[in-house]
Amino acid sequence: MSMGYLSQREAFGRALKEYGAENRDVVVLDADTSSSTLSKFFADAFPDRFFNVGIAEPCLVDVAVGMALAGFVPVINAFSALVSLRALEQIRTCVSYANTNVKIASSYAGLSDYKDGPTHHSIMDIGIMRMLPGMTVIVPADELEIKAWVPVIAQHKGPVYFRLSRDGTPVVHEKEPVVEIGKGLKLRSGKDVGVITAGTMTYRCLKAAQELTEEGIAVTVIEMPSIKPLDTALILDTARETGAVVTVEEHSILGGLGGAVAEVVTLHHPVPIERVGIQDTFARTGPDPDSLMDAFGLSVSDIVRACKEAIGKKEQ
Amino acid sequence: MNNLKEKDSKFDAVTLNKLANQLRLDSLEMIYRRQAGHPGGSFSAAEIVTCLFFHCMNIDPNNPAWDERDRFILSKGHASALLYAALARKGYFPLADLQNWGDLDCHLQGHPDILKTPGVDMTSGILGHGIAIGAGLCIAARAQGKNYTVYTLLGDGECQAGIIWEGAMLASKYQCGNLIAILDYNDVQLDGFVHEIMPMEPLIDKWNAFNCNVIEIDGHNVSEIIGAVEAAKMVEDKPTIIIAHTIKGKGVSFMENKSEWHGKAPNKQEWELAQEELGRMI
Repeated sequence: MSMGYLSQREAFGRALKEYGAENRDVVVLDADTSSSTLSKFFADAFPDRFFNVGIAEPCLVDVAVGMALAGFVPVINAFSALVSLRALEQIRTCVSYANTNVKIASSYAGLSDYKDGPTHHSIMDIGIMRMLPGMTVIVPADELEIKAWVPVIAQHKGPVYFRLSRDGTPVVHEKEPVVEIGKGLKLRSGKDVGVITAGTMTYRCLKAAQELTEEGIAVTVIEMPSIKPLDTALILDTARETGAVVTVEEHSILGGLGGAVAEVVTLHHPVPIERVGIQDTFARTGPDPDSLMDAFGLSVSDIVRACKEAIGKKEQ
Repeated sequence: MNNLKEKDSKFDAVTLNKLANQLRLDSLEMIYRRQAGHPGGSFSAAEIVTCLFFHCMNIDPNNPAWDERDRFILSKGHASALLYAALARKGYFPLADLQNWGDLDCHLQGHPDILKTPGVDMTSGILGHGIAIGAGLCIAARAQGKNYTVYTLLGDGECQAGIIWEGAMLASKYQCGNLIAILDYNDVQLDGFVHEIMPMEPLIDKWNAFNCNVIEIDGHNVSEIIGAVEAAKMVEDKPTIIIAHTIKGKGVSFMENKSEWHGKAPNKQEWELAQEELGRMI
């Protein structure tokens, strides 16, 4: 991978440490993965406000719940597959239902733990989390955006699921974007097709849009980091303006961003939709994140093809 | 006993015993009216809950959100009828609310709900959360320089869940001397005897092995309960687990030690019989 940008975990680890200096209510917890999630940056700077609970994600969530009840702002760090699956009951009952102010930093999401394979991939977490009432689900695209989200998430009153990649992508935002829960970001405008994406796929969508532009196809690219609450107004504007929508995510095509957008579009302004994502299957172990993503339907050419298919259906 | 909530003083053993039976009667009336609830585990814990709410805990029903209050997490959340009866008798809400339990517009949910019911310090019902959440509260309290104690009431069957032991390890690691867990050891769970469904013994050794301060008592003896809590408060560097030996369904002869009364409501005849037996002890 080329140098010059930070992995998402490193960007988050640094941003959390930086924010920790100004907000003393923030406490950070990890489940024996702090040298992977890089919550260790915070741990090294603020050892009194860092708690390592060992390999026990359900306990990780519950301890954070207790701290939240006392008024702290706990940020729990764990591997995405573990926190979203093994600790789901704790999150459902004690965070979502009890509406406790727990922030879940879900690292190594999507296929980003390519080396560890499908046991460690997390490709259903967005679907799970967005079904929880009161849960805010945020999927950032790059380093500067992660930095922008940290204070917003910490200051939001209520549970947040913050989905982070182990790896990273080249820069999407040249300067720190202004982010807001419930708001999407329009990265480019074009009348032929609207691409709605989030997270690590944002960069690939911009590349696909560039290729399509060279072929004379005008593409809107919406980055939708706030998957819940969703920016339905922006989605419907995009559907109206382009007449064809393509969703793109490093997640199963079931239940995630694609599902969320389809729910909105089919109800309020039906247009052709294509979903780029992992096709209801487990992936495989891979040599690097990019080739694994390419192998499971997330390549730039997959996005280009989906855009053309959506446009084709519009013209039928 | 309607006026107990008006008093702020602590009670003697005779009064506490009567009050425990009053809470049993309240609970069963609620369960009978609603034809739903868990009498067995409410009755086994009646003296424990009575001692905590009417003697041990530093709480103010007029100010349920008081920052310095002791906290109580009913980890065995299915004993909700008992907790609701205690909260009402303590004065957190009108006694009349108890008879609306489970109605759509009533704040009393099937299991305790921190967002709906005054005096409930944490939502519970799915078993296993009390120790880990309690430990989180304890760590936070210490960091904030607060002196309150966190109490949690566990079921014995509940200790079959792994997260109880995750929480115990953590509470020991962080030396949560301000955590007092009480185990309602009645040896009966939904499907039968605990020692048959999934044996827990040697239970004392288990908790000792997790570096907890272990105290063993008769969970129906109010003096022993209060003594154990006072002893637990003296230990600053370890969480305490009070193993309270109890009888499931205690106080109603035909319910005692029977798993069928874990989660069954009495019919009219059973309710009248139970009322008579409990009434004699108030």
